[in-house]
Amino acid sequence: MPDDSMPDDPMPDDPMPDELPDAEGPGGDSDTRRDRTDADPDGAVSPPSSEPGDGETPVRGSVTGWAAWRRLGLMGRPRATRANVIVGLLALALGFAIAAQVRQTDLEGLANLREEELVRILDNVTQENSRLSGEIRELEQTRSQLAAGATSEEARAAAQARLDSIQVLSGTVAATGPGIVLTVTDPERQVSAALLLDTLQELRDAGAEAVEINGVRVVASTYFTDLDDGVTVSGQPIRPPYVIRAIGDPPTMAAAMDIPGGVRESVRRLNADATIDQRDSLDITSLHSPTTPQYARPVPSPTS
Amino acid sequence: MIPAIALIVGLIIGLVLDPSVPVWMQPYLPIAVIAALDAVFGAIRAVLDGIFDDKVFVISFLSNVVVAALIVFIGDQLGVGSQLSTGVVVVLGIRIFSNVASIRRHLFHA
Repeated sequence: MPDDSMPDDPMPDDPMPDELPDAEGPGGDSDTRRDRTDADPDGAVSPPSSEPGDGETPVRGSVTGWAAWRRLGLMGRPRATRANVIVGLLALALGFAIAAQVRQTDLEGLANLREEELVRILDNVTQENSRLSGEIRELEQTRSQLAAGATSEEARAAAQARLDSIQVLSGTVAATGPGIVLTVTDPERQVSAALLLDTLQELRDAGAEAVEINGVRVVASTYFTDLDDGVTVSGQPIRPPYVIRAIGDPPTMAAAMDIPGGVRESVRRLNADATIDQRDSLDITSLHSPTTPQYARPVPSPTS
Repeated sequence: MIPAIALIVGLIIGLVLDPSVPVWMQPYLPIAVIAALDAVFGAIRAVLDGIFDDKVFVISFLSNVVVAALIVFIGDQLGVGSQLSTGVVVVLGIRIFSNVASIRRHLFHA
């Protein structure tokens, strides 16, 4: 830039001893510029002679030292030429552009960063990403473990409930709950196995879940046969009075016994009597010993 | 003196107005600025060499800017814009350094 610091020139105008006149090497000869007179630019390097051609106007020829400072100052002085105005405008535009670009660079985010910076940022982001991914994996693993724990708990509860119901149905455990006690007095030994079976069916239809007859647990394989003076339940002879204890909803089962043409009416027709006692709590303690099935085998569950 | 004052005034105007560079100009403005700086340093050197000419400076200034922007533009079209920008900056930087070296010899005898 043209500098108008001519008065405070620190350099004396004596020729410098140039031990290393061309230390910069060919640095000074890359000019393809405005040297239309094609003066040798390196001529300014080797001869340190201050050309005495420093007049009031810019003159031709290379200058050094004090004269060079003076020439710079002279060149920048105001001259009302069109070229000077244009040069000033260009310098103005250059300053404006520099300022704008600097501001722009300050403003911009990633768009103006250099490649290494972008790579570094990307690297950071990637590392952060992988770290967070690991965290996500960890948390998901924990979550799945917890979920598996909850599932196994639920499965165990479900299995326990299933076991309970199956045990109650198969009669291998004692059962307790609300129910009815149906006592059939049969002084004339008229009550048949068929009637007992009908009674059992009515009870089951009314929702009986566990039934015993005279201390014999009634299960799916229970059968009734007639005897001369009674019946057998699953091969075990029983005598009147028949006491049928059933666990279920007491009012429902009692109503089922009382329907017209139902158990009670049929029993009465046989000169017998049936009394129904609804209980809030009833224990069925007789058990059925399950036998290992000889032929039937469970079908393997596809899910297990 | 006039160019220096104009440059400073331009800087001040730019800082005060705080213009936002248009998007289409953003890839070219830095290179254009570097090219213009190269022209300016070349001009200073030409002054010290005694071969300065106003018209030549104006033409070289404008042609430097235009050519630099054009090179970047072509590079962008060819997909090598960033590499070509780097190349232009390197070349202009070398020229600026050599010009400054020459100016320094003129001004400081060293």
